[in-house]
Amino acid sequence: MNWLETLRTGVNGVRSHRLRSFLTVLGILIGIAGVIIAVGLGEGASGQVTSEINALGSNVLTITPGSTTSTSGIREALGSASTLTMSDVAALASPVDAPDIKAVAGITSSSEVLTAGSETATTTVQGTTPSWLTVRGRTVAQGRFLDNQDVQDHAASVVLGETTASELFSRGDPVGQTVDVNGVPLTVVGVLTSTGSSTSSSSTTDPDDTAIIPITTGAERIFGGTSRNSVSSIAVQARSSADLSGAYQEADHLLLQLHGITDTANADFTITSQASLIAANTSVDHTLTILLGGIAAISLIVGGIGVMNIMLVSVTERIREIGLRKALGATPRVIRRQFLVEASVLGLVGGLLGVLAGLVGVLWLPGLIGDPISTSPTAAVGALVIALAIGVLFGVYPASRAATLAPIDALRSE
Amino acid sequence: MTVTPPQGTPPVRDTVIELERVTKVYRTGTISVAALRGVSLSIDQGEYVAIIGPSGSGKSTLMHILGCLDVPSSGQYHLAGEDVSHMSETALAEVRNRRIGFVFQQFNLLPSMTAWQNVELPMVYAGVPRSSRKERAMEALSRVGLAGRVDHRPGELSGGQQQRVAVARALVTEPALILADEPTGNLDSKSAADVLRLMGELHDAGRTLVLITHDVEVAAAAGRVVGIRDGLLTDNDQRYLESVR
Repeated sequence: MNWLETLRTGVNGVRSHRLRSFLTVLGILIGIAGVIIAVGLGEGASGQVTSEINALGSNVLTITPGSTTSTSGIREALGSASTLTMSDVAALASPVDAPDIKAVAGITSSSEVLTAGSETATTTVQGTTPSWLTVRGRTVAQGRFLDNQDVQDHAASVVLGETTASELFSRGDPVGQTVDVNGVPLTVVGVLTSTGSSTSSSSTTDPDDTAIIPITTGAERIFGGTSRNSVSSIAVQARSSADLSGAYQEADHLLLQLHGITDTANADFTITSQASLIAANTSVDHTLTILLGGIAAISLIVGGIGVMNIMLVSVTERIREIGLRKALGATPRVIRRQFLVEASVLGLVGGLLGVLAGLVGVLWLPGLIGDPISTSPTAAVGALVIALAIGVLFGVYPASRAATLAPIDALRSE
Repeated sequence: MTVTPPQGTPPVRDTVIELERVTKVYRTGTISVAALRGVSLSIDQGEYVAIIGPSGSGKSTLMHILGCLDVPSSGQYHLAGEDVSHMSETALAEVRNRRIGFVFQQFNLLPSMTAWQNVELPMVYAGVPRSSRKERAMEALSRVGLAGRVDHRPGELSGGQQQRVAVARALVTEPALILADEPTGNLDSKSAADVLRLMGELHDAGRTLVLITHDVEVAAAAGRVVGIRDGLLTDNDQRYLESVR
């Protein structure tokens, strides 16, 4: 008896017990769909974070004010966390002291309400210098970006992110229009090109939901605050990825020198690279994926036990059929194959339906939970293979039980 | 002990069944029960033999050994010249497939398959090509008078019709031996008569048939009757038959 005949017999066996086969398949289906959605969720989350971090620009280091718990207490007399200043920015921009650094942008930022006519939008307003555009690797879609004149003049100019622009000016050209921030009227001089990575629903991480103003305008007219010279972060772009560690050391060295700190443990700033951000986020997502995948794997094992259970019931219930087949000349090997094929068909059908259900879930869930889920062909194929393997694995024992039944015992059963 | 064939049979014939001092002992824990205690029997090709005995006589055990569903504890069994006494389960399966057609009391048709698919089943295991299988199944079914019912499932057929499907399945592989175990046990008298007439026709066509029964009237349909009691064949089957009458 060849494999094709065995397959036909096996499929017939599955089809002649429709309800039971369906319920068995359901167990595998849920497990496989779970695996696909879990993996998709994990990959989607890490993909989103990675693209957000990449949207910060390439070869960029971010310097943020660190802890101010210096034991001396003198240097931090003002008690301000604003340890980074525009003079730090100027020092880092020096090609002599920091040859590996290509561009530097000091940034002050705050969440503000923007008003244009009857429309309002809450967004992250960032005060910075013209170099921001290069450092962040962004381009302007309409109008122009801020220039040095704007910074010098404390100009009332603003460049909007694509999302913000469309929220405030759903119709017409935003360039030349006026936007009110904290009662200060600002003229829109340009709109940034969309990064295309704004899949996120949270505005805080959407790089297109922002408004850029000259740093001087921000300090004097919008944000206020204690020190008009301080910045909330400094973005440093290295000349190339090979120069990144050089840039890191130069920035670290310069800032320690400028701040008069000898012990690096007391540094009042932190330098982070994209790589470290990605690594940190990836490890979180990795844990999430393992957790979700683990739960899905457990449900797959439960599904597999379901297959085994049903196959054992099936062997017991079909003991006369097995006896008859043996009487008619089926060898133990043929009987074993028949039941293995039945279990594999259950596994495979469960796997196929599970992949289908998983894909439906992947398409439908993001709208519901607001998180992106990526579809992974690897996960789909892998899940199918796993489903088939589960069918075979959990079918082996019931199949060999059927194969070793003595034909007379099988025929005698009433 | 060899039971001599009845008078009038041609002298030169192939022997289909040759049992020599066959015993079968079942062991359940420490208790052993001898179901067969030295049975010798020879059946020639074309014979129609009934094996008759009350329940507990060992006739089921004898049927299992004749049908290669079980192997003897001791003694020799040659089926169509082949020693099958010590064969493996796989080899026995092949012998059953090639040499023996079974008809059971319970019909034992697979309910999810149509009549012709049931008849086809032994040929599937024999590796007969798909194209000729259906043709041969149809032939066998028309031979038992069920040409019009080939696409019916067992549930849509009467008991007598189901048993005729089973007979078609038993003869479709052209086996050396057709072994019928209480073939009329689950049938009304009219269907039983139909099935017995069919078996008679098969005998007339030259088939070797062994019929196992406890029913004297059924046994009377056979050309030769062998009695079994307490695991031994009775020495004179005709006398046995008369004694139970």
